[in-house]
This record gives sequence, structure tokens and C-alpha cells, in this order.
Amino acid sequence: MKKLIVAASCALALIAGGAQAQERSLRIAFDVPYEPFEYKDENGELTGFEVELAEAMCEEMNADCEFVIQSWDGMIPGLLARKFDLIMSSMSITPERAERVLFSEPYYNTPGGWFGPESFNTDVTDMDAMKGKTVGVQRGTTMDTHVTENMGGIVTIKRYTTADDMVLDLEGQRLDVVFVDYPVGEQTILPKEGFKEVGEPVKLGEGVGVAMRKRDADIAEQVNAALRTLKEDGTYDTLMQKYFAYDIKM
Amino acid sequence: MPDFIAEWLNQNEIFTAMTIMEYWDGMVTTVHLVFLSLVIGLLVAVPLAILRTVRNPFVSGPVWLYTYLFRGTPLLIQLYIIYYGLAQIEGIQETFWWEIFREPFYPALLAFTLNTAAYTTEIIRGAIISTPNGEIEAAKAYGMNWFMRMRRIVLPSAARRAVQAYSNEVIFMLHASAIASVVTIVDLTGAARNIYSRFYAPFDAFIFVALCYMALTFILVFAFRKLETHLLKHQRPVNG
Repeated sequence: MKKLIVAASCALALIAGGAQAQERSLRIAFDVPYEPFEYKDENGELTGFEVELAEAMCEEMNADCEFVIQSWDGMIPGLLARKFDLIMSSMSITPERAERVLFSEPYYNTPGGWFGPESFNTDVTDMDAMKGKTVGVQRGTTMDTHVTENMGGIVTIKRYTTADDMVLDLEGQRLDVVFVDYPVGEQTILPKEGFKEVGEPVKLGEGVGVAMRKRDADIAEQVNAALRTLKEDGTYDTLMQKYFAYDIKM
Repeated sequence: MPDFIAEWLNQNEIFTAMTIMEYWDGMVTTVHLVFLSLVIGLLVAVPLAILRTVRNPFVSGPVWLYTYLFRGTPLLIQLYIIYYGLAQIEGIQETFWWEIFREPFYPALLAFTLNTAAYTTEIIRGAIISTPNGEIEAAKAYGMNWFMRMRRIVLPSAARRAVQAYSNEVIFMLHASAIASVVTIVDLTGAARNIYSRFYAPFDAFIFVALCYMALTFILVFAFRKLETHLLKHQRPVNG
């Protein structure tokens, strides 16, 4: 019996040791602020839906994770230049991006939302009425692609690097309306006095995935497995309910 | 655009006829913005530089303060303050000023003009105060008054001394104009950013735009060399 215990504890130590050796360190990039997905709270701590999901995912993968702040423009180049290993910053899966990076399975999808001042009464789907209006989008987002493809030449499109700058110009009346990721608009525009939602939310694209380098297929496998577990064991749902009043699960 | 070029361009992924046109529009905007701000800036800078050399501190002081403020802060911050700051002024949307400042072009033009005028003022001032005393004394001996001395002696010789430093300022201004894209102006850099975000090809998009800036700089350097040979003709050795 004694021998068995010794053998068992040796085996356990080996397994634990093996796991220890396998613990990989990963750097995950976020572009802040992008409420409620990633932003800094009053204490300057990084938090948000994706940040907490990343924490849970790292735990599930038994990985040692470091969070990096990277502005949106440099996301994919930074990933390819090995400044970090994963992007978990609301990056929608698109064919153009998939040529450069490897995406995990989608982990959420939110629609694009139309937001404008109280006085805006135009039907955003009526192209004749929208003619000549100025629409703000964040450069390179699926919202940008949607507006460019469907309304290019009809409306004036202004492209912004950050959502903050865009909201400032909406408040300053330089923009008639903005088309932005729904939760972002809900959190940053709706609380302001004199602004409202001005059209039906539009479902766009294939959803948001974790982006990795193409050669890191092994990490992608672990990420997919971890995300699947989180979606099934309820961790995902708890997090989603903490940040959203509606379903964004995919 | 001739058909065969369009056809050739359409075979590659990024430099299609459409993106080349975007770059071209961007270049037109850049040149437009930089040219206007340099011209207005120079026209403002000459009188300011003269005021800056006046002994009375109530005249030269404000000019000093202006050049200090605009040379002491980054152009990006000046652009942000003018672009976003103007929109925050209560009720400006109801005045006719808004017709002008609603578009990003004019706030950018204002910021660039004020900035380049500050630098140019200091360049010209430096050239004015380094006018050899002998030239001024000779002018006085001829009975020229202050105005005539300025017009005939001081400013022409100052222009010769300032032109080399000013050519630097012009090139700096061209490159500084790249920040116009942060306030939604689609200049050369703005076009490159849009194209980059569509194709995720940073090297192609930005190296091409760098070449565009280099081509513009080449034209400027060439023009200034011609101008310098013309202005400094009298300094050339006779048999050179």
C-alpha cells in the first residue's frame, strides 16, 4: 500500500511537473477604450467582457497571460511582428483578414447600430433620403465595409481611428449619424442627452474571433477547446449577463 | 487613365485603378493644404518678423508670445485643439462660422498656417537681425528712411539668407501635414490608412505613400535649388 502511495504521488508530481513545463506564456492584445469589451476602470485596471473572457480562457488553457494595449491600426502588423501572440479585441472575422491571420471559432457577434441626434428623423435604409448625409464609421471595421459597399457615393463617409473621436464629432454636429458596433454606441452615445438610436441594428459578418499567426495552429486548437468549454460550462453566460442585457453568444 | 494601364493595374490585388485614384485624390488634398498654408503663412510671417525686431516690447512681445506658443507645442495638439475645440464652443453651430469649420479642411488649414507662420517668422527675424551694419549705415548715409531701408536693403538681403532655412520649413510642413488624417481628412496618409485597413497590407500601402512624399519632396528640393541659384547669383565666382 505504502509503495502504491509513493508511486501515485510520484506520478502526480510528474504530471504536475509536466503541466508546469507546458504552461506557455501568451501575450494578448486589446485596443482600449472599447466599452464594454475592453476599457480601463476607475483604478486604471484593464477590464471588460473580452478581458474577463481572456482571463477565463487563459486559466482554462493553463497559460501564463500578459495583456498588451495596442491601437487598432497596428493590430495585425503587431501580431505578425510577434509583439504579442493573440488579438482579442473585437476583431470580426473577414476573408481579407483571414488571409493574414488565423482566426479561432467566433466567440461573439454583435450587430452594427445607427445612432444620431434627437432631431435625426431620416430612414437610414432609404438611400434617397440619406443622400448627402455625413456618416461616421471606425476605419477598417465591418461597419466601415458595410457603409462603403452599400452607401458609398450616396453619403459622405468619415472614417475615424477611435470611437471616441467619432463620438466627439457627432456631438459637435460634424456628423449626421454614426454606424458603430451596437454595444459601443449603447454605452457611449445613448447615455448622452439628445441622442438616440435611429435605425434597426444590422447583423454583419461572421462574428468576432481570436486572431493568431497562421503558423500557431497548435495555439488555435487550445484556444478553440478552451472557448468551447467556457461556452458549455456557463462561465461565458455569466460573463455575458454581467455586461449585456441581450444575447451576443455564438 | 489609358485602358492598358487600368487593365494591368486591375491584375494585382492592391494597386488597382481605384486605389491609385484614391492616392491621387489624397495627393491633391495634401498639396492643396500644404500650399495654401505655406502661402498664407509666409504672407503673415513677413510683417510679424518685422514687428518682432522692433525695440518696443509692447510691439515685439505679443509676436514673441505667439511664436513661442506655436513653436512650443506639438502641431498635433494644436490641430486637436482647433478641430475639436471649435466644435465645443456653445452655439457656434448656429453661426456662419460653422459653414467653414464644420469641414475638417479649414480647421486643419488654420492650424497649419498658424504653425508654419510661427516658424517662418523666426526664420525671417533671424535673417533680418543678421543684416550687416554696414549695409544699414550706408543706406542711412544715402538718406533713406526706415521704410525704404526695409524695402530696398534689409528685406531683399534677408530673403537671400532665409531661403535655405525656409526650404527646410517647407519640407517639414509637407511631412507634418500627414497628421491631417487624424481629423478625417483623406490626404495622402489618410488614403494610405484607408487602403491599408481594407487590404491589411501595411508595407504595400505605406511604402507607396512614402514614395509619393519623396516625389513631392524632390520637386520642392529642385524648385528651391533653382531659387537659390537665382537669388545668390552675385555670390558665384566669376569663372565658376
